[in-house]
Amino acid sequence: MSQILAIVTLDKDQVAGGAPIFAVATKEEQQKVSFTLEKILDANAHDLKNGNIILVKHN
Amino acid sequence: MDWFYSHRYTVGVVVGVIFGIMSRLNMLRTDYRQYPTYPHGKIIHISLGVIAAGLGAVAVPALLEKNYTAVTFLSLAAQQFRDVRNMERQSLTKVDELELVPRGSAYIEGIAMVFEGRNYLVIFSAFVASLFSICFAWYWGIVAGILSIFVANMFKTGKNLESIADIEHVPIRLEGPDLFVGSIYIMNIGLEDTRQIIQKQALGYIIKPKNRNSRVTLANLGQRQAILHDISTLFGVYRDTGEPSLMPMAKLNLNTGELGLLLLPQEKDADKVKTALHRIPVLESAVRKPSEAGVNQQKGG
Repeated sequence: MSQILAIVTLDKDQVAGGAPIFAVATKEEQQKVSFTLEKILDANAHDLKNGNIILVKHN
Repeated sequence: MDWFYSHRYTVGVVVGVIFGIMSRLNMLRTDYRQYPTYPHGKIIHISLGVIAAGLGAVAVPALLEKNYTAVTFLSLAAQQFRDVRNMERQSLTKVDELELVPRGSAYIEGIAMVFEGRNYLVIFSAFVASLFSICFAWYWGIVAGILSIFVANMFKTGKNLESIADIEHVPIRLEGPDLFVGSIYIMNIGLEDTRQIIQKQALGYIIKPKNRNSRVTLANLGQRQAILHDISTLFGVYRDTGEPSLMPMAKLNLNTGELGLLLLPQEKDADKVKTALHRIPVLESAVRKPSEAGVNQQKGG
């Protein structure tokens, strides 16, 4: 089963729950953080189109 | 001539073994897939081919001498070659874990099955050559041997993608993070960096099934993985560990049964890749024939 390993969000109020949340201020920063996390976690970054990017480990 | 007649069993067995081995060599081609690996993988299969040829050739004199129990060792051979299949399956599965684009278990099963099947074809060639040499004359054995190699060759090659589907090169399209091949949704890519790489490096194809049978074959996950693996072998793959988003993918259009392919070849040549796609083997295990079912042959079916 796929698993959300991290959330990179522009709006901290939108997200909560089990996965680690990284709050960022701008879209550029969001891309940078997601990029680094993708390489570290070896997990796909998916854009939810609502200001959140989730990093998902697919099996 | 008398010498040939008095030694007909020996001659028969020798002719049988020779044609059995020739048949194996003919079917043992190491092509772009580099499988069986050279040299040791080949040595293993040539040795097994010699054993199979010997078994097939010796069965004829055993039968003619009414030594029926001797023929039962053919069952031993069958057991032996099932082990070959097992061996291939195990080693390929192990190796597959370290492939950037894995073969997938269906493809592995297909390859393993081929190794077993080809050994039986060797037994067949050796048997036929030996039978004709002993019952008629050694030169008839040679003729029968040559014919049997042709027959074995006929069974050797399966169908390829060209015969079941039409293949079309289509541009890939990015709508925000969403990636499409033609009209088929492939995946969501979160990173701008990855989107740029895909836009630059990826090729999109649509594989259109020719009939309802091929539609089922294309929907098979094993067949899809085999396509992705083969193209990656032929043209390289723009992918590495730590780059999970750079993944060649195949997704279905559920309404039409068309298969959208996102490929990431290192050598980006749309025409060459298209030609190669036409030649991808259709996996035996992916073939289904729903059109042959009674329920589908009724009116309007």
